[in-house]
Amino acid sequence: MMTDLDQLEAQSIFVLREAYHRLRPLGLLWSLGKDSNVLLWLARKAFLGRVPVAVYHVDTGRKFPEMYAFRDRYAAEWGLDLRIGTCPPVEEIDPTLPPAARSAARKTAGLASVIERDRLAGVVAGIRRDEQAMRAKERVFSPRGASHRWDVRNQPPEFWDQFATPVEAGAHVRVHPLLAWRELDVWRYIEREGIPVVDLYFARNGQRYRSLGDQDITAPVPSQAKTIPEILAELRGTREAERAGRAMDNETEDAFERLRVAGYL
Amino acid sequence: MTSAALHVPAQPANDTVATENELATRIVIVGHVDHGKSTLIGRLLHDTGNLPDGRMDAALASSERRGLKIEWSFLLDSLQAERDQGVTIDSTRLPFVLDGRPFVIVDAPGHRQFLRNMVTGAAGAAAAVLVVDVAEGAQEQTRRHAVLLRLIGVRHVVVLLNKADLLDFDAGRVASATRAITALLEQLELSPAAVIPASARHGDNVTTRSGRTGWYRGPTLTEALSVVPPLGSRAERPLRLPVQDVYRFDSKRIVVGRIESGRVAVGDTLVIGTQGAVAKVATLEGWPSGGTEAEAGQSIALTLAPDVVVERGDLLHAGAHPPSRAARLRARLFWLRQEPLRAGESFRLRLATAEYAVTVAAITSVVSMDDLTDQPADHVPPEGFADVVLAASESIPFDPFEPGSLGGRGVLVDLHGRIVGGAPLIGPAPLATSGRSVFPVDSAVSAWERAQAKRHRSGVFWMTGLPGSGKSTVARTAEALLFRRGIDVSVLDGDTLRARLSSDLGFSPDDRRENIRRAAVVARLLADSGQVVLVALISPRADDRAMARQVVAEGFHEVYVEADRAVCEARDPKGLYAAARAGRLSGFTGVDAPYEPPHAPDLVISTAAATVGSSAERLAAFVADFAALPGLVPRANGAD
Repeated sequence: MMTDLDQLEAQSIFVLREAYHRLRPLGLLWSLGKDSNVLLWLARKAFLGRVPVAVYHVDTGRKFPEMYAFRDRYAAEWGLDLRIGTCPPVEEIDPTLPPAARSAARKTAGLASVIERDRLAGVVAGIRRDEQAMRAKERVFSPRGASHRWDVRNQPPEFWDQFATPVEAGAHVRVHPLLAWRELDVWRYIEREGIPVVDLYFARNGQRYRSLGDQDITAPVPSQAKTIPEILAELRGTREAERAGRAMDNETEDAFERLRVAGYL
Repeated sequence: MTSAALHVPAQPANDTVATENELATRIVIVGHVDHGKSTLIGRLLHDTGNLPDGRMDAALASSERRGLKIEWSFLLDSLQAERDQGVTIDSTRLPFVLDGRPFVIVDAPGHRQFLRNMVTGAAGAAAAVLVVDVAEGAQEQTRRHAVLLRLIGVRHVVVLLNKADLLDFDAGRVASATRAITALLEQLELSPAAVIPASARHGDNVTTRSGRTGWYRGPTLTEALSVVPPLGSRAERPLRLPVQDVYRFDSKRIVVGRIESGRVAVGDTLVIGTQGAVAKVATLEGWPSGGTEAEAGQSIALTLAPDVVVERGDLLHAGAHPPSRAARLRARLFWLRQEPLRAGESFRLRLATAEYAVTVAAITSVVSMDDLTDQPADHVPPEGFADVVLAASESIPFDPFEPGSLGGRGVLVDLHGRIVGGAPLIGPAPLATSGRSVFPVDSAVSAWERAQAKRHRSGVFWMTGLPGSGKSTVARTAEALLFRRGIDVSVLDGDTLRARLSSDLGFSPDDRRENIRRAAVVARLLADSGQVVLVALISPRADDRAMARQVVAEGFHEVYVEADRAVCEARDPKGLYAAARAGRLSGFTGVDAPYEPPHAPDLVISTAAATVGSSAERLAAFVADFAALPGLVPRANGAD
C-alpha cells in the first residue's frame, strides 16, 4: 500500500517526466533551499540517477555564504550541469513596489534574462500551494506569454493529468512538480530519503531559518529544533505561516500578487 | 471587532494534527455564484481550528478596509480582484484536518465563465459539497456543476442548503427545497449523501448542531465529511500501464510510466497495446535502487525481454483483460472553449499518454441547461455538455469511463496545445452517422462455417495506387486466376462503383471519402458472405484507407500497386492525365491532387517493369496463400 509520501513522489516524478517529454529545452531552478533540493532528488529518481537538464541558480548575490558552499559541493557531487544567472541592481526595478518586494523582484528580472538567453521552453520550480495564498491558485503547468506574466485570471483548465502546452513564440511553461506538497511533507521526505539541506535550517542560538531567501529580506524564527525530527515536532505543533519570515509577502495586501503576476516564483 | 460579537462558537474538540502516511481526501465545494461557497469554507476552517495564526486578523483587516463587518470569504479569496468584486475567480486548495484525517478543500468558482477553473479543482475529488441558497433553489450554475460532477465521476455529493437563517429555519420550506434538489440530482443518477439545512455565516449545522433546527435529524457538515469514503486503491484491477517515455541510458532501453491500475512484477508477461507484441518484464529499474514489483499509482521504469520497440502512448496490459478498441467513440463531452463546437472540427484526443487525431463526426445531443434533458442540436455552446461521436483514423485502445477508474479519461486539445474539452469515453459508436439508430443483427452462419463450405477464407485486398498504375487490369487478371483455382472472388473497381452505386458523388475530398466508405461497406458485405474481394480504387489519402480498414475490420489487406507518376502518365489508358494537363480536369490525383503512398502495405506490386501476367500472378499467390485453409483444397473451376 502506498503512503501519502509515496503518492506525492510518484505524482512529482510523473510531472517531471511529462515536462521532459513535452518541453525542450527544459531547465530546473535551484534556489538552494529545501524544496528545490527535494526537486533535484525527485529528478534523479525520475531519470534513474541523472539530472538530464540544465540546473539554474538565479543568483541575487545576497544569499548566505553557507548556501554558496552547499551549491558548489552538491553541484559537483551530483554531476549537475549548473548554470548561474545574474540579477540586475535594485535601481533597475519598478520603484512603485514596496522595498522588500522590490528587492525580491530582482530575481524575477534575472530569471527572465536566463529564460530568454537559453530560449527555455520549460522551467521547473519547487513552489508549493501551501506556502502562500497566491501560490495556491497555481497550475502544475503554468503557461507564460512572451512577457512572462502570469495571467492568474485566465488560467488554462488542468485535469486528469493532462497539461496545457501552448505553442507560441517566446512563451514558456513554468512546471511545478511540488505544488501539492506541504511543508511537513517536504521535511518528512527529506528525513525519509536522507536529502542534504543547508545548516541554516537548524537552530543555532535559539533561532533557525524556516524559509531561505536573500539575507536582507529573510528573518530567522525562534526555534530550538536542531535536527530533522525536532523540526518535524515543531511543525506538527505550529500554526504560524511558513513564509512569516519573508518580508515581501507581508508588506501590503497585494504585494505578493503583484510580484507573482510579473513572473516571480 | 471581535469574533465573539459575531456569534462564533467556541472551537469544538478537533484534532488538527493530521494522521501521517494517509493521503488527503479532496472535497470540492461547488454551487451557484453568491450561494455562499467561500463563506462556508472560511467558516469551516475557522470553526475547526484549521486557520493558520494571523489569517483571521488579516481577513478582518481586509474586510474593514472595504467597510465590511467580516467577510469569511476573505480567508480564501486571495486575489485583489476577488476581494474587490466579491467573487472567486480561480479555485484555491486548502489543507484541512478533521479529527486527525487530512482533507484538501477546493473552493470552486461559481461564475459561468470560470467552469474551466471548477473542473480543475473538482476532477479527482472524492466528494463534493453542493451549496444551494435555500430560498433561491437550484440556479443555472447549480445545474451546470451537478452535470459536471456526474461527467467527471464524482458520485458522493453532500447538499448544503445555505442561508436557512433567512427563512427562520422554516421546516416546510426546507423540506420543499430538499425535494427539489434531490429530484434534480436524481435526473443525473446522483443521490445526495445528505441534505443539510445550514447557515454558513452563523455556523448553524456546519461544525455544530444548530439549536434552531430541532426538527432536523441528519448530520452536520463535518459529520457528513467525516464519512466520505477515500478513493480506493486500483491495484486489484487489470493492469494498465500507459508508456510515458522511453529513455536510452547506459545502452539500455528503459520504458517509463505510471501504473494506472493493477500490478507489475519482474518476470510478468506484458502485451504492447498497439502492436500486440509480447515481452517479459526483465527488470524494474530505480534510483538509488530498483525493485521487483510495483502497483497502481507508482511511477516506474522497466526493461523488457525481448527488447521490443515501445513508444510513448503504447498501452501495456497483461493480456487476460485487454482494453476495448474502436475507431469511432462515443464521448460525453464537457466543452470548455469560449466558442461553440460544430461537427466536423478536428482535435487531438489525449488519452493518458497517447494522442490521436480525431474529428467530431456527430453531435448526438446537447444537455439543456433549463431542465437537463438531452436535446438535438447542431452545435455545443461554450461550457455546454453533449453526447458526441469522435472518429479517429486508427483503432484506439480504451477502457470505458467509470468512477474510480482512470480509463476513458479523454481530453480534447486544439492545434495550439490548449485544452478545449473533457471527453469521457463511454464506448464504441455505431458507424451510421444518421440520427436513426440501427441495430445490425449478426448472421446465424458463422464465418468459420462459411469458410468450411467455400473451402477457403474470405478477405478484402485493397489495391491503392496512382491512376494508370494498373490496379484494375491486375485485379481483373488475378480474379480470373483465382476463380480457376476455386476461389470465390469478385472485383470492385472505381469506375464500376462510380457508374452505379456512387453515381451521385463527385470528386471533392468529402465525396471521395464517401465513395471509399461505400466501397468498403460493400466489400465487407461480400467478405462476410464468404468471398475474396479485390478492391481497385485510387484511394489517395492514407486516412481514407484507414477508415476503409476500420469498416472492413477482419481480413483487410492493403496492396500498393506501385508505378511512378511518369510511367503512369505515359500509359494514360483513359486519357485522363492529358485532360488534367490541359486543364479540362481538376483535382486529378498525381497532377493537381496529392497521392499518399501507404506506409506499411501488406504487399507491394511494382508494375513499371513487370508484365500484367506476372503482377497478377503475384497478387493471386498472395491472396491464395491467405485464403488457404489447412487440409482443404478449393474445388477448381473450369479448365486450367
